[in-house]
Amino acid sequence: MSGSAELADKLVSAWRRQRGEEIDVSALQALSTGASSDTYAFDATSRGLREHCILQLFGGGESFVSALSKTDQARTQQAAFHAGVRTPEVMLTVGVDDGLAEGFVSRFVEGETLGKRIVGDARYASARRVLPQQCAEALAAIHALDADALHFLPLQTAHVQIGELAQRHHGYGEDLPVFEAAFGWLRAHQPAPTLPRVVHGDFRTGNLLVDEQGLRGVLDWELSHRGDAMEDLGWLCLRSWRFGCDALPVGGFGERAAFYEHYQTASGIPVDIAAVHFWEVLGTLKWGVICQWFSHRRLRGEIQALEPAVIGRRISEVELQLLDLFEGRGP
Amino acid sequence: MFSNRPHRNELSAALRESLVALIPQLEGKQRFELRVALNAFDIIERETVSAGAAAESERMRLVQLLDRDGTLVELRRELCLRLRDGRQRHDAPELLSALRAGVLARLAFDNPGFKPFYRDGDPA
Repeated sequence: MSGSAELADKLVSAWRRQRGEEIDVSALQALSTGASSDTYAFDATSRGLREHCILQLFGGGESFVSALSKTDQARTQQAAFHAGVRTPEVMLTVGVDDGLAEGFVSRFVEGETLGKRIVGDARYASARRVLPQQCAEALAAIHALDADALHFLPLQTAHVQIGELAQRHHGYGEDLPVFEAAFGWLRAHQPAPTLPRVVHGDFRTGNLLVDEQGLRGVLDWELSHRGDAMEDLGWLCLRSWRFGCDALPVGGFGERAAFYEHYQTASGIPVDIAAVHFWEVLGTLKWGVICQWFSHRRLRGEIQALEPAVIGRRISEVELQLLDLFEGRGP
Repeated sequence: MFSNRPHRNELSAALRESLVALIPQLEGKQRFELRVALNAFDIIERETVSAGAAAESERMRLVQLLDRDGTLVELRRELCLRLRDGRQRHDAPELLSALRAGVLARLAFDNPGFKPFYRDGDPA
């Protein structure tokens, strides 16, 4: 209770310092303790106006390769918000000056994020019809952001990412021939270098806030970087994010052809189908290395829950997806 | 059977029934964690039944692919080395079919519901 009162006081002074407004904080509650962030919900009331807010604080955990700091994550999300991308508005950033871990406060947006419900529940049937176009438009707007203004975003070409993944994977000392074949495949199929654009990096079902009308908010800008726009298209099509709706490759809710057409219309960037396929293979391998990362953190005792250990056993799903992708199987 | 009854498989079936009976009594995070635990238990049970034969089949496939003998660990290491230095092509059909057979055997205990995408000409 006192911890929560202390956090509320710190939020009041951080808000005053950055926004010059006096607020009352109420209904403060911890929502989740994620791998790398602690999330809280609270209400900020100022002059009779009540605002539902979300506070995300750095949780001290190790992040996967090249995750952004909370401050840079907030700057990217805010730039996207101002450019008209549907994403929660960032109200303020917090940090050591406020006696808090690095983090930020954003406006609460109502909606569903659970992938299984979004791709399966009757409630979201009409949302699924408009999601491919809405996602294409959101990605087009993200890829049109001024990459120079967001110069702090790391440049992550295909070459850089292959090197980082190989280093991390080999660090675990586990010989996985399918992963090794995937590194060979990726090195042989690297797309031509492109103009670096702002890439969300984790644009997928599960990180999209959805209601009956479709996309309400793009979340989790932690893996944003500069790179190839086709990377975001490939990542959205990973079988791992289809939540069982395998026949619909775009997020478990859409067909490729229509999605690519919407994207081209909205962005003016031609879709390079071979490059999207490359990024789908790279993304699948990346998810596999993330599964290894979870299981090895659990094996080293850095985290205690059972789930990360079980995630390690999802690597065989990843292996099958890679083999299917090499052979061009599946929608 | 060396053990008195219930035998190992009977005891594990009884344990599983008790855990499943707990599900409706829990909600939220605890319920989720019990489901994760049941999934882990099922993986272990399936693996106990099939892993020995799967490992020997995998070893034989690698013996044939690499044209040398060794333990499964040694052969996997050798294959990875050859893939890295290019002595084994990453897209050779005999490599891909050997890898696919091994992955399907592993999925049979890790997640038997996860199926490959079929295409014309595949065995049913």
